[in-house]
Amino acid sequence: MKREVWVFAQREQNRIAEISLELLGKGRVLADKLNASLTAIIIGKEVRAFASPLIAHGADKVYLAQHEKLDSYTTIPYTKVLVDLVSHFKPEIFLLGATALGRDLAPRIASHLKVGITADCTELTIDHYTDPLNKQRYKNILMQIRPAFGGNIIATIVNPKTRPQMATVREGVMRALIPDSKRKGEVIRLVPELNKDDFKVRVVESKTVEKRVNLKTASIIVAGGAGVGSRENFQLIFKLASCLGAGVGASRAAVDGGFIHQDHQVGQTGTTVHPRLYIACGISGAVQHRAGMSESKKIIAINSDPEAPIFKIAHYGIVGDLREVIPKMITAYKAKK
Amino acid sequence: MAYHSIVLAKQVPDTTAVTAKAIRKDGTLNRSALSATFNHNDLNALEMALQFKERHGGTVTVITMGPPMASEILRESLYRGADKAILLTDKRFAAADTLATSYTLSVAIKKLRYFDLIFCGKEASDGNTAQVGPQVAEKLGLPQITYVEEIRRLEERLLEVRRLTDRGYEIVRSPLPLLLTVVPQANEPRPPAAKRLMHFKKAITPTEVASRLQGQTDLTNKLDAHLKQMKEKGLLITEWDADALSIDSDRCGRSGSPTWVKKIERVVLMGGEYKSFPPTDEGVSQLIRELIEDHTFG
Repeated sequence: MKREVWVFAQREQNRIAEISLELLGKGRVLADKLNASLTAIIIGKEVRAFASPLIAHGADKVYLAQHEKLDSYTTIPYTKVLVDLVSHFKPEIFLLGATALGRDLAPRIASHLKVGITADCTELTIDHYTDPLNKQRYKNILMQIRPAFGGNIIATIVNPKTRPQMATVREGVMRALIPDSKRKGEVIRLVPELNKDDFKVRVVESKTVEKRVNLKTASIIVAGGAGVGSRENFQLIFKLASCLGAGVGASRAAVDGGFIHQDHQVGQTGTTVHPRLYIACGISGAVQHRAGMSESKKIIAINSDPEAPIFKIAHYGIVGDLREVIPKMITAYKAKK
Repeated sequence: MAYHSIVLAKQVPDTTAVTAKAIRKDGTLNRSALSATFNHNDLNALEMALQFKERHGGTVTVITMGPPMASEILRESLYRGADKAILLTDKRFAAADTLATSYTLSVAIKKLRYFDLIFCGKEASDGNTAQVGPQVAEKLGLPQITYVEEIRRLEERLLEVRRLTDRGYEIVRSPLPLLLTVVPQANEPRPPAAKRLMHFKKAITPTEVASRLQGQTDLTNKLDAHLKQMKEKGLLITEWDADALSIDSDRCGRSGSPTWVKKIERVVLMGGEYKSFPPTDEGVSQLIRELIEDHTFG
């Protein structure tokens, strides 16, 4: 039987989450390289309708795991269903989105199966691997590439001895294929075995809160980082943004520092943006942040540290104190317009 | 009714302070050039556990796995209100990935036998994997609720929490025992309490006692006496190694880790040239003019 590369298809409201389509795009490349088939797994109460979009986006096979009580996600039953399927079909690779759901589910599955897992990969490739200790060679291994240590290093992780090789990937990093409705695929229905004990944890209320900010469509973004220094100083970022008609972004450090709400976060752990202009104020430019904004058409960096990595990707730079530079920008902009 | 909580904490290198010095030519990290710190998210977990104890009664035990110097975050936990601290340290635990780490932690938790709640931070700031919490829960066969922002109520042994999702939030109910991972938005961690700090800054691990007495004559007797004395004062931090845990050494540390680091690269940016403007009125004004002229500003 042909080996399989698996992608977990996450449902979001009544559609397939963008990240799952992106994973199918990457999964297609990996499966072709391994001469394996690409399989999407979708879990829910009634999920037949999702099979064709999954096939159109690159899947050769779709497993539908349907059960009365699997409409909304909880950890234990979803883990059980996927552990059972993996144990039976033994896929080579298993990819999940690094969403709140995926990061809850994937490590639990890996722990149960006692296999390796790498979180938040930014690239996945296939290559051979030789163990430097005993020179043992492993063919066609999944190279799991991710930043670590606050983005100061990029690590390539392998788990050559256990299967499946598991990894999670953030939204917006990989590319989905253009859907092809003529693609053919196989749809297989499965009936999971679950019992009452698996449903001890109950979701009693689930609420979608409209994000206060939609950075994806903003053509100009003014973003602040650790260098902004305080919640009070962050008002400067808002002022400049309102003057320019721009969206407000933030680095993780600014969010963790409590200067601004998480909805504004740009980067690997946040929104990926590509505006016409990105103004980075007091942002040092760790790789996780750059991963979310380096595709901006023009980047202005304002930072008091001339060595900050953000200057390496900037088109325009001002080395200086943002508390002085930003008011000057507002004045200059108002005078020119 | 008293509830026994466990907090899993990690000492991490302060990645906000990574300088060129901290990264060797071959791309590996020189940890000794970095200061070590209490993983931020774990302070939120500790805070939630302490508030839970204040409200419902019980105890808070903090566990960390790490090198002997990780005892520092245990002292910091005691300053803030933890009742007990346990250090898991052994060369055999070193170089563990998340699977091996969660195995070692779960064995230590089983040794404690009785507990109602395990609190973990959302993730550690060095690896950012957010995997150890769910993996510990799995190893112990416990339910988990990740990204918890608030404990709403406890009825009998049913806990109701609010957790954050990608698009909003959920209210979730689970019976105890249970593992929670806590988001930074949950609370503002309390600072060390002055009185507790004065008392617990003398808290010490057996390894630290031994190294302090090193070179003295009649070491064994002195060591025993000293350990006994510290224990009586409530200042002895519990320390467990692989033998104390009767651990399966094939499942901890490097040998228990299926993931291997193939390669580490220091992030080196190519450094494209950017156009520099001075931070003066004229400089800023010139930049704005340029952006208006090339229609970057709408």
